[in-house]
Amino acid sequence: MSIAIESLADDMYQMIAETQGKKNLKAGDLTKAMIAKHGEADCTKDLCKQAIRLLIDSERCVYSYFGGSYITLPHKEGAAPD
Amino acid sequence: MADDDTKTPLLDQLEEGPWPSFVTEIKRAGTKSPVCGDLLGQLEQSYAEKKGHWKHGGIVGVLGYGGGVIGRYSDLPEKYPNVAHFHTMRVNQPAGWFYTSDAIRTLCDIWEEHGSGLTNMHGSTGDIVFLGTRTDQLEPAFKKLTAAGFDLGGSGSSMRTPSCCVGQARCEWACYDTMALCDDLTRSYQDELHRPPFPYKFKIKCSGCPNDCVASIARADLSIIGTWKGEIQQDAGAIAEYAASGLDIQKDVCDRCPTRCMTYERGTLTIENRECVRCMHCINVMPKALGPGTERGATILIGAKAPIVQGALLSSVLVPFVPAEELAETIKELLKRVWEFWDEYGKNRERIGELIQRVGLANFLDAIGLDPVPEMVSAPRDNPFIFYQTDGDGH
Ligand code: SF4
Ligand code: SF4
Repeated sequence: MSIAIESLADDMYQMIAETQGKKNLKAGDLTKAMIAKHGEADCTKDLCKQAIRLLIDSERCVYSYFGGSYITLPHKEGAAPD
Repeated sequence: MADDDTKTPLLDQLEEGPWPSFVTEIKRAGTKSPVCGDLLGQLEQSYAEKKGHWKHGGIVGVLGYGGGVIGRYSDLPEKYPNVAHFHTMRVNQPAGWFYTSDAIRTLCDIWEEHGSGLTNMHGSTGDIVFLGTRTDQLEPAFKKLTAAGFDLGGSGSSMRTPSCCVGQARCEWACYDTMALCDDLTRSYQDELHRPPFPYKFKIKCSGCPNDCVASIARADLSIIGTWKGEIQQDAGAIAEYAASGLDIQKDVCDRCPTRCMTYERGTLTIENRECVRCMHCINVMPKALGPGTERGATILIGAKAPIVQGALLSSVLVPFVPAEELAETIKELLKRVWEFWDEYGKNRERIGELIQRVGLANFLDAIGLDPVPEMVSAPRDNPFIFYQTDGDGH
């Protein structure tokens, strides 16, 4: 049975939180990791896309630019003046 | 800023001569926007020190979007407080860059209210570029833009805002409806445009004929360039008029045909159409007499990019000819396969053209299910990636 989008989003969130500050993750990294974890039968690219959208729209995560686009936890802009 | 600092002797040199000057324009805008004085001050300091004073920010968009905003901060915020934040917003341009005066006024009003008022019409990807605003003005500006029917364009690792030439709206050489295709692709890939899903950027540009007015062959990951099959259309009367008006058809047209497939004898122009490489030269010189053939469509090419991260690449032919009416469907099917492959094998910040170079064109074609065809090779032994196999009888 396909995994629920909410639990996929939770799994992604956990992965992002664990790697924050050590490794930046792209949408593709999260998708590959989720398919590897849950198997292709239960977890499709489309479900992952929806889970990412849920994470972003709920503001639990944000897109950030560090030479490419990554999905991170919300954070204070390092470059912004105080 | 102290009075001494408002002097910009180095920038002032860029106002000399008969050409338009961005310095003059920014100074003029300075009568309306306090940002302009600080912007010129910081730039003058950069010229004097030969050192940039912008910092790249990580901010990328408005709520829900992963692109459309390029974060910039000054590293001299105390000295130039009006440009302490100086983010760029990319706004999706209308196909072919057609605006009513009202639409342009609306855009300018929004940007004077929520940003510096400075624009770049248009950026190299094609977007309307709004230069310089603060973080707290991004959402209000976006709200006004969407209320006026505009949306943000792409940035970062997303599909970038597709762009096209004016096509059939103004140009009789357009071999397909570039504006309709550009609009269709923009609407079909909203997710890829606003929520970066790729290893790096992906640009699509549509030119109506081989003149390639949007330079897609040099700048787009996917170039769609109009072309035709069959014979160049000729109007014998108009050819005679060109000759009568003094055009040296032999020297200026035939001798400059790259494949020398034209002859002009006793007032008759003959074209060996099988040898024509659709360079557009003869049509450009005699637009009233010659025109693209009637069986029209486009060539789809892949892999161009400017020299960022690695060197520049020109596009390579992927599909030599697709009839105009089948273009949208063919491109969507191709994109599905190309993106799938790039997703799977692309390294971080690797453009599709670079990936194809790394794995080899033959492997790429095999993976996306296309057979190699002679049009992919510009000259014998030109392409070391494709090997034709004999069937055992030497054929
Ligand atoms: S690319 Fe061709 S069709 Fe498009 S505007 Fe230029 S000349 Fe016309
Ligand atoms: S389009 Fe170019 S190649 Fe073809 S006939 Fe004209 S000049 Fe020659």
